Amino acid sequence: MSADLRRLARPLMTWDAAIIAVTLAFLVVASMTVEHFGTARNAGYIILDLAPILLLALTMTLIVTTGEIDLSVASTVGLTSAAMGVMWNGGMALETIMPVAVLLGAVLGAVNGLFVTGFGLPSLAVTIGTLALYRGLAYVLLGDTAVADWPRLFTGWTLGTIGDGPVPNVLIPMLVLALACGLVLHATPVGRSIYAAGANPIAASRAGIGVGRLKFWLYVASGAMAGLVGVLWTLRYSSARADNAAGLELTVIAVVLLGGVSIFGGKGALPGVLAAVVLLVSVQNALRLAHVSTEALTVVTGTLLIAAVLAPNALGALRTALRRRRTTATGRTA
Amino acid sequence: MTALAKARTGSAGLDLVLRFRALGLVVALAVLVGVTTALNPRFLSAQSVRDLLFAAAVTLLLACGMTVVVLTRGIDLSVGSVLGLSAYVTGSALSATGMGTALALGLGLAVGAACGALNGVIVYFGRVPPLVATLGTLYVLRGVVYFIAGGTRINASDLPRGFLDFGSGHVLGVPYLFAVSVLVLAAVGVFLGRYRAGRDLYALGSNPEAARLAGVPAGRRLMTAYVLSGALAGLGGVLYAARFGTVDASAGYGMELDVVAAVVVGGVAIFGGAGTALGAGLGALLLTVIDNALPVLRIDQFWQQAIVGALILAAIALDRLVSVRAARALRTKGSHVR
Repeated sequence: MSADLRRLARPLMTWDAAIIAVTLAFLVVASMTVEHFGTARNAGYIILDLAPILLLALTMTLIVTTGEIDLSVASTVGLTSAAMGVMWNGGMALETIMPVAVLLGAVLGAVNGLFVTGFGLPSLAVTIGTLALYRGLAYVLLGDTAVADWPRLFTGWTLGTIGDGPVPNVLIPMLVLALACGLVLHATPVGRSIYAAGANPIAASRAGIGVGRLKFWLYVASGAMAGLVGVLWTLRYSSARADNAAGLELTVIAVVLLGGVSIFGGKGALPGVLAAVVLLVSVQNALRLAHVSTEALTVVTGTLLIAAVLAPNALGALRTALRRRRTTATGRTA
Repeated sequence: MTALAKARTGSAGLDLVLRFRALGLVVALAVLVGVTTALNPRFLSAQSVRDLLFAAAVTLLLACGMTVVVLTRGIDLSVGSVLGLSAYVTGSALSATGMGTALALGLGLAVGAACGALNGVIVYFGRVPPLVATLGTLYVLRGVVYFIAGGTRINASDLPRGFLDFGSGHVLGVPYLFAVSVLVLAAVGVFLGRYRAGRDLYALGSNPEAARLAGVPAGRRLMTAYVLSGALAGLGGVLYAARFGTVDASAGYGMELDVVAAVVVGGVAIFGGAGTALGAGLGALLLTVIDNALPVLRIDQFWQQAIVGALILAAIALDRLVSVRAARALRTKGSHVR
């Protein structure tokens, strides 16, 4: 079994490296061939566009690695955004609203975690339920109205750059959180537990890992991250709306899988996911600059998504077939 | 096979639990319709009922296909895109050739079946998890619709008279579209309950390994499930075009979640092996009735989605409770035998 796992993991690792290589190659080719793509200003736009996807993908990677899924993240963004609008209309200070919004996200994540780990329900079904529930509650709070009178000081920061240079301010929290998640997943006992829980939950709990508790806190983290994205989204577009980030969950899942994380858990690494986010958003950006319809992108995303899983499977099958042929050949000579 | 996978468990108590599931939906429907009608008698007027059945027809149809796939531990997220593709393709074929309605239905079925076969091949032969495979085809097929349609759209004036009559017509107060869906529901129900291939799907969903050892042809059965789901989504596309008369590239966008919601509320276990087409159909009907009852009850339409979400959570929590009870009951019975 472990030999099987190792054999399966090998092509995945090369997938991880491959997606990074493809991303770098695309960035180089696009900056040479697509007009305005390689400019510092455009790089700033790309970073702004990929911020919400990247942040949500960080915690999604952790959750998917444990073998679970969270489809409610985009609805959590919408609900925290709507709640911000209500609090702002109620006259609360933005300095209070922002932490409350993150906290609200954490509570919404805890509800997911409770249903999944406390009641033992399948996370796919639970988070499809909360996907509808949270988005619905967002509409209950704000209806189809928008709250747009956010203070310039804060909206300016989310769009602004460090020292008026080319680097957007939002890159700072992105880097800090990406580094934190990367360290947790790849350099701490918690990270090892995450892989263990995903690879074999029964073995993991026999080994003394509190699988349920681990998953619960990952859902809390995912919710809090979605709350933070809700804050950033609201301020960046200077608009709190119930339909903010609608449908983003599928994009987030797509980049996580594209980055080489197995939907069954236990396999995957953060660098591949980060590369996949950069690849997806910069392809989108380049297509827009080249005046190619963005519909092409949906076809590319879908195909890549399937290929990301199909390719290692096909490689593995090929390798097994080759080995079988070799063993039968040696068997015959002996 | 688990106790829940069989329609009859051989125990009167468990049978009651299982029937209670569909009964619960019927009771919920009856209460909702009763309360709404008490507040506003016009809710049960012929016109209003007809509107409701019109609205339920397409979701009901797709829920049947989704049930078949979910029973095998799969999921088909591409149904919304398949519906869109089929609606646009048959719509343009109708406006170009003015062909008959029966031919259009056949064309829709064929387009959908082809998409379903693609899903089946990726899932079974490519060993790609159904969630990933159909999320991929959700994107790809929607992209294809956009390629074909561009910014254009098909208007009711482009479609043949007979086709539009089929879309708006009804017999004894029941719209043709709803009648088609109910016929399909009955057929899928009989297939799942009475035919070997149908029972095999339950076996595959309950315990794939055991099913394979028992000689169930997994590949053929999975292909059947995905082709059926695709074909019904394709048929749904034709019904969609007939009902609305206008079709653009966004037809059926986001519909997959409504369908999954209907199936889950209808008591089909998301991890396969348990559930009926009838339950899924009742789930679809319940969601549509909620949708139509809210304005009558003077509840803000914005509550609709939140209620659906709460219903999904309640339904899966209830199913979990029932299955835990059922497992415990079986275990105590087993200990008596030994």
